[in-house]
Amino acid sequence: MTLTLGHFLSLGAMLFALSIIGIFLNRKNLIVLLMAIELMLLAVNMNFVAFSHYLADMHGQVFVFFILTVAAAESAIGLAILVLLFRNKSSINVDELNTLKG
Amino acid sequence: MSQTLSASTLLAVPLAPLVGSLLAGILGTSFGGNRIGRRLSHTFTIFGVLVAFVLSAMTLKSVALDGARFNETLYTWMMVGGLKMEIGFLIDGLTAMMMCVVTFVSLMVHIYTIGYMEEDDGYNRFFSYISLFTFSMLMLVMSNNMLQLFFGWEAVGLVSYLLIGFWFNKPSAIFANMKAFLVNRVGDFGFILGIGLIAAFAGTLNYTEAFAKAGELAKLTFPGTNWMLITVICICLFIGAMGKSAQFPLHVWLPDSMEGPTPISALIHAATMVTAGIFMVARMSPLFELSDTALNFILVIGSITALFMGFLGIIQNDIKRVVAYSTLSQLGYMTVALGASAYSVAVFHLMTHAFFKALLFLAAGSVIMGLHHNQDIRWMGGVRKYMPITWITSLLGSLALIGTPLFAGFYSKDSIIEAVHESHLPAAGFASFAVLAGVFVTAFYSFRMYFLVFHGKERYDQNPDAHHDDHHGHKEHHNPHESPWVVTVPLILLAIPSVVIGFMTIQPMLFGEFFKDAIFVDAAKHPVMEELAKAFHGPTQMAIHAFTTAPFWLALAGVALAYYMYMVNPALPAAVKKHIQPVYTLLENKYYLDWINENILARGARALGTGLWKGGDEAVIDGVLVNGSWKVVGAVSSVVRWFQTGYLYHYAFAMILGVFVLMTYFVWLNK
Repeated sequence: MTLTLGHFLSLGAMLFALSIIGIFLNRKNLIVLLMAIELMLLAVNMNFVAFSHYLADMHGQVFVFFILTVAAAESAIGLAILVLLFRNKSSINVDELNTLKG
Repeated sequence: MSQTLSASTLLAVPLAPLVGSLLAGILGTSFGGNRIGRRLSHTFTIFGVLVAFVLSAMTLKSVALDGARFNETLYTWMMVGGLKMEIGFLIDGLTAMMMCVVTFVSLMVHIYTIGYMEEDDGYNRFFSYISLFTFSMLMLVMSNNMLQLFFGWEAVGLVSYLLIGFWFNKPSAIFANMKAFLVNRVGDFGFILGIGLIAAFAGTLNYTEAFAKAGELAKLTFPGTNWMLITVICICLFIGAMGKSAQFPLHVWLPDSMEGPTPISALIHAATMVTAGIFMVARMSPLFELSDTALNFILVIGSITALFMGFLGIIQNDIKRVVAYSTLSQLGYMTVALGASAYSVAVFHLMTHAFFKALLFLAAGSVIMGLHHNQDIRWMGGVRKYMPITWITSLLGSLALIGTPLFAGFYSKDSIIEAVHESHLPAAGFASFAVLAGVFVTAFYSFRMYFLVFHGKERYDQNPDAHHDDHHGHKEHHNPHESPWVVTVPLILLAIPSVVIGFMTIQPMLFGEFFKDAIFVDAAKHPVMEELAKAFHGPTQMAIHAFTTAPFWLALAGVALAYYMYMVNPALPAAVKKHIQPVYTLLENKYYLDWINENILARGARALGTGLWKGGDEAVIDGVLVNGSWKVVGAVSSVVRWFQTGYLYHYAFAMILGVFVLMTYFVWLNK
């Protein structure tokens, strides 16, 4: 059995679905939420790399580097916010964080 | 002054009274700290007006004898597009004559005021106002463009407002000045529309330039209609004249304006300001000549005013109001003359009327002073014995008013009657009847007042209000006393022109070259002046001829009837009154015009205003637009806010749902 594009895309889709479920099911921990978002980006990266390989176009892999960089920066900021949030609220429980409510 | 008129001399004419007014008004009142007293105030203002009068007389002399003319713009205020707004003077026969009349009557009134306002606290303020009035009126008559004319027009209206309400503690005076102001606004609205139309279609406000384009204007029609443009312009301008010159139905303010002190009634509401409308129409004669419709309109309005306002004079008991209605009626005569294209006759009557009506008003004021501020002619009588100078001068004034041959009023009024008779306009028949009947009415009410005031039994002690009015600290002596010299000298000085001015000036003014370039008459269409000139063989001839004409006998009949009713058989008026009660009631209520104004126009306007306020402003704008929009936004947001739960995963879910929908759209629906 050879690995086809379909396999890689299915893996990406599964990872993406997992991360979505992670976002919805997680009610306790904001860190898990951040991790789920990271996973979502990785799922997208997987698709990029797969397409890049099978279509013999290097642009896709270049994008992956950018996305990884931005994702790293985003996690850093997200964690920094998380620390501040914990200082102020003494909690990172997602269910208690509803101050955006209209 | 030599052949030419210099701009600086002309500029000094209006500015001298203005300086006097400012000195008295700023330094003489609490406004500037009461720095100058009464004596200095009246010296400054009288000196200012005297300078203006002397310069005006010199101007008149060079205009009349040397044929000097002046038409220059002195200052350009601003340019809007191609429209210039300027200040300038146009001096010709018409202007020079008006300047002399205005400054002369004003000077007399200034001197008279020293006596009349002696006991009043507002002495300096009064002098400031009348000098300001003189300035405004001079700016009006000397103007060479319509903008300055309008400035003067509004300025005299303002001073009139201030002076009618001079005694601002009197509610009736405040009511009267507000009424005068509002009624004049109606007229001024028409006036400014007329000026606006000229500016729009002729592209200029300058008289000379506008009149040069009159021929082109006459060919146009009013956009969107088939009315002649020139007719619309003339009627709009004449509506302005109706307001200022108190023509029916905008006359209602003039009788009420008698709430003001008597000197201003003489100056503003008899001799000068109210004649501004007549002057304006005469000045605009090149435009009015082009529209027979407008001339007919003027004839009708003038004749209604001339006759029906005279009737009202018959039943008035207030000495000033009798003279006021007489003024209305005489203004009607002038308007009729304008309508008959006899502009120079109208202006001639304007001049003679200015002298004898100012005289009558000042004499009435003198009587009021002599009788300790009683104005009701029912409680006068026999004043002749106590006030000989006032008596003689008022007799001369009344004779001039009713048109006794050789007196000033005779020449002007007979010329008007003759001119209307010669006019071929459709309305001339009615006008001709109205002015003839008016002669009788004028004679009747003038001599009714004359007999009641100066002759007959003394009735001072019968006045039920006498003691209430006695707030001037007089001792309880009821006999009248002659007024001081500052009052009688102006009376005498005004009586002289009232008698002789008509005889002296009818030849040059009506049939000579005096108004040649100021007043334009289309002789082919309106040959009235030619007909008059044919019949005219010198002033003496005219006076002799008068004994064979109807006006003289009508006037005589009026005087005789007045004599019979008020001297021979004093019980008769009451009996007549009882027999014609409905007519009397109609006259008493001034044809119900005040009632219509107050109850239909004023109340209607207020109802409309209240409706718009409640319905338009409060309900629609405030209720629906302003409050309504926030209510809608509030209602929508109160629903939408439930979507904002604040939970991060709800937002994330919404985003993913969005991605899903977009993908579905792109992948399946958008193949």
